Amino acid sequence: MSDLLASEIYAPDAAETPLLAIAGVSVLKAAPVTRLSFRGREKARVAAGKAFGADLPVIAMTATVSGNRVAQWMGPDEWTLLAPETDLSSVWERLEGALSAEPHALVDISDRQLAILVSGEKAAWLLNSGVPIDLHESALPVGTVTRTLYHKVPVVLWRIGPDTFVVEAWVSFMDYVSGLLVQAAEELKAA
Amino acid sequence: MLLIHCPYCGVERPEIEFSCRGEAHIARPADPSATTDEEWAEYLYLRTNTKGVYAERWRHIHGCGRFFNAVRETVSDKFLKVYKAGEPKPDLDQIAKEAGK
Amino acid sequence: MSQPFRTEKGGRIDRGAQLSFNFDGETLQGHKGDTLASALLANGIHLVGRSFKYHRPRGILTAGSEEPNALVGIYRQGDQTPNMRATQVELYEGLEAISQNRFPSLGFDIGAVNDLMSPLFPAGFYYKTFMWPKAFWDRVYEPIIRAAAGLGKPPKNPDHDKYANLYAHCDVLVVGSGPAGLAAALAAAETGARVILCDEQAEFGGSLLSEDGATIDGKAASEWVAETIAALEAKDHVTLLPRTTAFGYFAQNYVALAERVTEHLSDPDPKLPRERLWQLRAKEVVIAAGAIERPMVFPENDRPGILVADAGRTYLNRYGVKVGHKVLVATACDTAWQAAFDLADHGTEVVAIADLRHNPPENLIAIAEARGIRVERGCVITGTNGRKRVSGALLGRVSPNGAVSSAGEVTCDAILMSGGWTPTVSLYSQSRGKVVWKEDMGAFVPGLHVQNERSAGACHGVYGLTETLADGYAAGEDAAKAAIGKTAKLTYATASGADAGTGGTLGDLPHDRNASRVKAFVDYQNDVTAKDVKLAVREGMHSIEHIKRYTTTGMATDQGRLSNMNALQIASTALAKPLTDVGLTTFRQPFTPTTFGTFASTSRGDFFDPVRKTPSHDWAVAQGAAFEDVGQWKRAWYFPKDGEDMHAAVARECAVARESVGLFDASTLGKIEVVGPDAAEFLERMYTNPWKKLAPGRCRYGLMLNDAGFVIDDGVVGRMAEDRFHVTTTTGGAAHVFATMEDYLQTEWPDLDVWITSTTEEFAVAAVQGPKAREVIAPFVEGIDLSADAFPHMSVATGTFCGVPCRLFRISFTGELGFEINVPRRHGKMVWETLAKEIEKHNGVPYGTETMHVLRAEKGFIIVGQETDGTVTPDDLNMNWAIGKKKADFVGKRGLARPDLVAEGRKQLVGLLTEDPKVVLEEGAQITKDANPATGTPAEGHVTSSYHSPAAGRSIALAIVKNGRALMGETLNVPMPDGAIPVEVVEPIFYDKEGARLNV
Repeated sequence: MSDLLASEIYAPDAAETPLLAIAGVSVLKAAPVTRLSFRGREKARVAAGKAFGADLPVIAMTATVSGNRVAQWMGPDEWTLLAPETDLSSVWERLEGALSAEPHALVDISDRQLAILVSGEKAAWLLNSGVPIDLHESALPVGTVTRTLYHKVPVVLWRIGPDTFVVEAWVSFMDYVSGLLVQAAEELKAA
Repeated sequence: MLLIHCPYCGVERPEIEFSCRGEAHIARPADPSATTDEEWAEYLYLRTNTKGVYAERWRHIHGCGRFFNAVRETVSDKFLKVYKAGEPKPDLDQIAKEAGK
Repeated sequence: MSQPFRTEKGGRIDRGAQLSFNFDGETLQGHKGDTLASALLANGIHLVGRSFKYHRPRGILTAGSEEPNALVGIYRQGDQTPNMRATQVELYEGLEAISQNRFPSLGFDIGAVNDLMSPLFPAGFYYKTFMWPKAFWDRVYEPIIRAAAGLGKPPKNPDHDKYANLYAHCDVLVVGSGPAGLAAALAAAETGARVILCDEQAEFGGSLLSEDGATIDGKAASEWVAETIAALEAKDHVTLLPRTTAFGYFAQNYVALAERVTEHLSDPDPKLPRERLWQLRAKEVVIAAGAIERPMVFPENDRPGILVADAGRTYLNRYGVKVGHKVLVATACDTAWQAAFDLADHGTEVVAIADLRHNPPENLIAIAEARGIRVERGCVITGTNGRKRVSGALLGRVSPNGAVSSAGEVTCDAILMSGGWTPTVSLYSQSRGKVVWKEDMGAFVPGLHVQNERSAGACHGVYGLTETLADGYAAGEDAAKAAIGKTAKLTYATASGADAGTGGTLGDLPHDRNASRVKAFVDYQNDVTAKDVKLAVREGMHSIEHIKRYTTTGMATDQGRLSNMNALQIASTALAKPLTDVGLTTFRQPFTPTTFGTFASTSRGDFFDPVRKTPSHDWAVAQGAAFEDVGQWKRAWYFPKDGEDMHAAVARECAVARESVGLFDASTLGKIEVVGPDAAEFLERMYTNPWKKLAPGRCRYGLMLNDAGFVIDDGVVGRMAEDRFHVTTTTGGAAHVFATMEDYLQTEWPDLDVWITSTTEEFAVAAVQGPKAREVIAPFVEGIDLSADAFPHMSVATGTFCGVPCRLFRISFTGELGFEINVPRRHGKMVWETLAKEIEKHNGVPYGTETMHVLRAEKGFIIVGQETDGTVTPDDLNMNWAIGKKKADFVGKRGLARPDLVAEGRKQLVGLLTEDPKVVLEEGAQITKDANPATGTPAEGHVTSSYHSPAAGRSIALAIVKNGRALMGETLNVPMPDGAIPVEVVEPIFYDKEGARLNV
């Protein structure tokens, strides 16, 4: 797992058994994190980056990683801010304190979605069982974060290593995503 | 399945990430109460529905979430231009001419 | 075991690996590497099926996926897959196959009487024969036709196999692995481009696999194939897909492939999918699909034992199988001569080569004569003998003026025929390219390109091995350059042998027989003869599209691949129009039949659609709850106890909720956090209600319209802070409301400083409703004063619940004292289970959506989508109180003033009471004035909600009725099959009209 860009944020949940662990690919539930949706214009973006400790990127589909702070570009005025689970109130207060004069919207979405870690040499192949975009590194370099679909469900895909992806989906969709991934990986177990 | 270029993400993505929201450049009247019944009905219901070069609203709903505008040739289904919301309506005749339509 | 038609040696089969298989109950032997067709032929079996219409005995015609006759059912793991082409089915140990379209047996088929009665079934016979009497169509004709027609039997059981889906991308897709495809793949791969090479066959190599004579770069063709495949396999960026058919070419180089993963295995690992759908996006495509040999259209050209010539050569050279011991070769082109030579060299007697041409190439004649083969020039077959297997042929001499005279009869047990080659332009055509006619080749070839593709080799109209290879290399280079801007010039391999031939014919051939009595088949699969096509023209079908539908030629799985060109020529002659003026029918997807399983891939069973579950789901399952689907959500419907039915359970749940307390999972309601300085202004514009004066800590019911003025959603909105609102929507409307809000924000009012975020799944929501609700929640709430004065109806506050953060709403959808507890989703289960235990102390109950519906209907609360249908206004619902009268504008305000929306006679929400309190009306039932209205009388309205109400002690209903408010106390009727039910129109509220129970 040395290729993990963000192991400080997303780590397998030690309390959970792996959804899938076979040669070639594993699917692990990630431990909870603090997730905040941040919306605002340019001045708010700059101020938020300072208060948060990681710049909110302006380049589409990129993420800024700074220690245990991650700012992911979701849209031109939308970012997801990630921090350790226990930092929710401190991050919230720092941001709201720094942005009192600047129009913005900060919303806690820590519980809205679940994350899984899909890694291994077959990770991209496995995700392409339902993700319609090109996952070749030339088309989706390490560090890319993007919304897309997994079969019929919206997901956020963050490539944190050549063979490691974080896949997030709304809580009630995760059974569908992880269930189909496990089903699609079944053939890798064939002799 | 079409490939559509999102002007905000800067990439081409498959059609299933997008939703089409009908003809572009139809602004909601600034003062609806000042419109006649006919004008309001036209705003609500009447669209050009061009066979040929047509400007449409699309939303990258399973991507950056942004609405943008696209010029599509409705016969060949080819996208001739995409541009961000708020940018002026391009000259469709000119685009049609350049595309040889 | 004897395989009487197996050669001594040669071919690509594994002679050391003998396999047993079963055909129509008979156990036979073949070899690894055989197809079912080649194994049957090795056993001397040509008769494999009966034809579609006339039930004529039919044999194997081809060696490829274009096979029209040899369609068989394959048994696998207890079920049968119909219509598999024997020419594509790979043999495995224990394979079980059955012939189709015959009863009681293949040898004796009662349906064959159709052949004798064939004058009754001319082209268009459906349209002519079954027209009268009209009433017979549904009950007599159609069932009989359906029972008699069709090919194969559909499987009876659910498909137990798994299917997979894969989205893939590449720089260059090469379709077909014959010489052109292999060369293209090599050239493209050399540049480093990501290449996918697919071929419908099990082995790569295409025509090279049956090309014994030719060499490439001095090596045997098969050796060159092996080396090329090894070179491609060695490259990481190349994907080789055998057994994979490119069956559909769609917009922007989106190509669908069907990969048969386990079809060829006798005992596949159940972990493997049977087939995989590849949804492939290629930057560039090379189509190297080859060409298909045309049958010759002569009388009785369909007997078992008659094959296209190249198939005979393929069976011989690739599979080591002789199609017969005495073979007649009939041709109009050069390539069939090579088949005759190869057969003769393997000891098969070639009784004659009958070439339609008067002057076939002298060098071929010399080779034939050297082998002692009789050559007939200007010669056609004018008929054949033999019922279940061809036994002989009549030959005819064609004079230069076209007249035919008998040239005697020959005895044979097989006939190889070649009318020339048709380039396979199906995929090119699907890419929306328009073919062009090449007069010198007598063929349509690809013309202008609409998409990023190019054709190479025979499908491009290029023949001859050296030329084909060169065309392939060039196509591969061109594709890679276009895809990634790189070229890597390879030295082109050159070939010796397999030169381009000449010749070919189109349409039906001349003969000296009575034209009205012979059948010369154009489309084998659909039993269409040359006569049928001519008849269609005589009867007025002048467009090829009409001829196709009238005769059915080129329809179904053939899609014209074998039959199109001959049919076109016959039509062209009959119409006395040039062939290019007759037009060409469309080559539709799929290229070959593709299973429903492949299309559905994983969208079946548990994964047909996402199943969304609430935090209380597992608890409710354990309680034995019944569930209902609400969109993708599974919601607890009711909680039956001790064998209760729904009616009893709901009556109990309703009563307890009003007497004591009920617990309901409201997590599925849509939730949107609206935040920013302009949040109130934004809601002013989106909802009918006023928001600016709503104080933080207070809630308001919100009604949402579209700009036409019709109700589209509703929900309670709580103001959390000056600049923050917690908006709720209906469960079903959540996504649409969010998208609508985004639309207005982004495109109409981008200047507003407000942003919206979906929090539907951030919160789990437990609703506690009933007189004891406060007592139930009080022990767990911290930081909120729950007293009626401090926290009145329509309040919201933040605090903690069971020690976790919560947003507590005091709201009611039941008319009782009620609270909704919103906690972060991860705590939802804990909070629910805590409350479920707590309500037991008050003899409370959990309740489901059905009870929720009854409780709200008793209070006359609407449900959007039940009382509304997209044409209902606030006034229709008696809800003008929800409209902010002082607001200059909101979405829908102008719409409400439209003439139709203010006109008299609109349908309005009312209550209905049946005369008999036990009768519960049907939802959706129409309402009329008269008990027995005349046919055509418009309904006055319809029932929108109807239940038995425990609180009212009788049935109740809500309805939308024309001028309903003016009809209070009057009697209307609900006509039903058993007679009209009289109903009294009443106010749409049935319980606690004063609302006293709320304010406690």
